[in-house]
Amino acid sequence: MKKNFLVITALSAFFPFGILAADAPPETPTPKPEKIEAYHSWKNTDYSIAAPLGGLKGDPANGRKVAIHRGKGNCLACHQMPISEEEFHGEIGPPLAGVGSRYDEGQLRLRIVNMQELNPGTLMPPFYKHPDQFNRVSKKYQGRTILTAQEVEDVVAYLLTLK
Amino acid sequence: MKLRATVVSGICAATAIFSAVAYSAEVFSGYTLLKQETKEMQDDDFLNQGMATVEKGAKLFSRPGKNGKSCESCHEAKGKKLDPKQIATFPILDKKTQRPITLQQYVINKWTEVLGNEPLKYESDDALALEAFVRNLARGQVVNVQTGGKMAPFMDQGKKLYEETRAGQLDMACASCHALYPGLKLRAQVLSQGQSNGFPLYRLADGKVVGVQTRMKQCYDQFRAEGYPYGSEENSLLELYMNARGNGLKIETPAVRF
Repeated sequence: MKKNFLVITALSAFFPFGILAADAPPETPTPKPEKIEAYHSWKNTDYSIAAPLGGLKGDPANGRKVAIHRGKGNCLACHQMPISEEEFHGEIGPPLAGVGSRYDEGQLRLRIVNMQELNPGTLMPPFYKHPDQFNRVSKKYQGRTILTAQEVEDVVAYLLTLK
Repeated sequence: MKLRATVVSGICAATAIFSAVAYSAEVFSGYTLLKQETKEMQDDDFLNQGMATVEKGAKLFSRPGKNGKSCESCHEAKGKKLDPKQIATFPILDKKTQRPITLQQYVINKWTEVLGNEPLKYESDDALALEAFVRNLARGQVVNVQTGGKMAPFMDQGKKLYEETRAGQLDMACASCHALYPGLKLRAQVLSQGQSNGFPLYRLADGKVVGVQTRMKQCYDQFRAEGYPYGSEENSLLELYMNARGNGLKIETPAVRF
């Protein structure tokens, strides 16, 4: 372990500019490709999707993991959240502490599924928009929603715990 | 009266210091968002890693082509006869095709047609080196892309691609980030206004010089989209619009960015 440390330290003398790349752009590592599940339809009624997608039940503990995962929710890219073990939360979107008190389940679900329904110009990715409605998607992501229906429900359940 | 003036200017100063940038009607270079040590790296030609590419371009500029001519045959040694003000107007309207042509494509065309060489691949090391050398001659010039007259319809197409065309699984357009949120942080990275005045530039994250079309592709990859091919019509339109967006900024080639 110590030998590796010394080797890396010695080598980094030849690559001094590597340390300046500390704020390099975040990568979006992708989860292993899973079988594409059937799309569960949803309806926006009064800016809310009241019914859980596919009638699924969300797990808040997994929702927290999905929110942190850079290849899935990647919520910290833009939102400050009460997740203290992760450094450098983004500041492009509104902070999410207390969001479970500001919106109800249906309102949160709409925002995760497709924020464009509320704000057509939003930067927030539409996590459960129908795959056919996208433009020029890279091959490995074609035909898929960004999050699965279960992941959406998990995230909604997690956000509801942020009182 | 004096107290009020002091309070108002104090608030203005505090706002200027503590506010993030977000939407700005003013254009500003990515240089303003750099850390001090990165700025120093760009400003010093001995520290600026992009200068190695410029020097490589200088060598190519003087190298005789298949028919014995070199770039210097017409443009003189070190490109003395090239006009920096003209360089700052690229992309321009190509006389033959009557469509916008980028500086790199223009150089590649001259390399093959006038010097008789094999065509260079777009965004290849040699093409980037030549482009960097030429644009470096115009370092300090104000970007001045001509957008009126025959260019106007191409500007509109470029604008549509940049501002309105969402792409990829993450469904984003260039303007989604770069028009609304420059200066704000995406995780640990500060978003720029997406200006092209420093390209080709040395990118610390890649450890090499990249051209603007490579950077475009990297952005498209980030939002899980199929970018347009290097040297394509769409990329030319985007580069036209991007360069014109930066009219008024100074050329910084080779810039250093994270």
